[in-house]
Amino acid sequence: MRYGILLAAGEDIDFMVHGLFKYKFFGQDVWITTTHVCILIVIAIILAFAIAANHAMKNAKEVPSGFQNVVELIVEMLDKMVKTTMGKHASKFRNYIGTVFIFILISNLSGLLGLRPPTADYGVTLPLGLVTFTLIHFNTFKHNSLKSIWIDKCSPLPPWLPIWFPINLIGDIAVPISLSLRLFANVLSGVVMMALVYGLLGKLALIWPAFLHVYLDIFSGAIQTYVFCMLTMTYLTNAIGDTE
Amino acid sequence: MEFNENFIKGCQAIGAGLAVIAGIGPGIGQGIAAGHAASAVGRNPGAKSDITSTMLLGQAVAETTGLYGLVTALILMFVL
Repeated sequence: MRYGILLAAGEDIDFMVHGLFKYKFFGQDVWITTTHVCILIVIAIILAFAIAANHAMKNAKEVPSGFQNVVELIVEMLDKMVKTTMGKHASKFRNYIGTVFIFILISNLSGLLGLRPPTADYGVTLPLGLVTFTLIHFNTFKHNSLKSIWIDKCSPLPPWLPIWFPINLIGDIAVPISLSLRLFANVLSGVVMMALVYGLLGKLALIWPAFLHVYLDIFSGAIQTYVFCMLTMTYLTNAIGDTE
Repeated sequence: MEFNENFIKGCQAIGAGLAVIAGIGPGIGQGIAAGHAASAVGRNPGAKSDITSTMLLGQAVAETTGLYGLVTALILMFVL
């Protein structure tokens, strides 16, 4: 199965993104790749969970039981995480942080189903980084005056000597690139490891790769999700500053 | 001057090997972080969970430079 979407399906080592279906878009060849299929599966899982959660919370009881407990636990955990990092700005950003957290977590964990995780494609993580980048700069201009932004951008030197300005600018542009590359490279390294194990050992890789999945998919994926959200929140808090 | 394909393949492999040397840095850095976390737990065992989560966050950020090396190596081997 050369073009299967399952990572463990091939006979040889195979961790690339494969094109499944080609179409023309303004004269360009555009491919529907395995990443699209995997991301649709992830979206289907999240949608099913969201519908179930909505149903559970419509019939919410005073004393929670069963599935309502799980939903409340997840929401409380995400709220607490945002609250401890962002303090008084938490209420504006917990929707975004919660959404990104759940999406990246389910994407990373989809390696457990044998899929190629969608976050192992730079085309998925770069937009996530760019959304954070847009949010950072929107909030910088919303909460700070132009003069204080200029002083901040020339920061180690006095504001009438903008030698440091281009270096700070490069530092700002590096933020989304480093955020997205960190997530991408971590998940990709897990994918490469699993592809090597499944591809080289073949029939020998029977039950014990489960332990590798525990480290590479669950542990590493959860840590990287947490790091992505944590850094996003830290950058946002810095961008807003101390203003009321 | 013409280079044949095998020469380029060999140079790619050498470059990928050199790029993965970047893994030394995060190894040392994560070891230092873990060592300091261990001594912190020894001094204040009550704060173990806070220390562990802070250590893991720092280590995950410190890992980035090594992963840049890995990405460079993979690009050299499989994309170029």
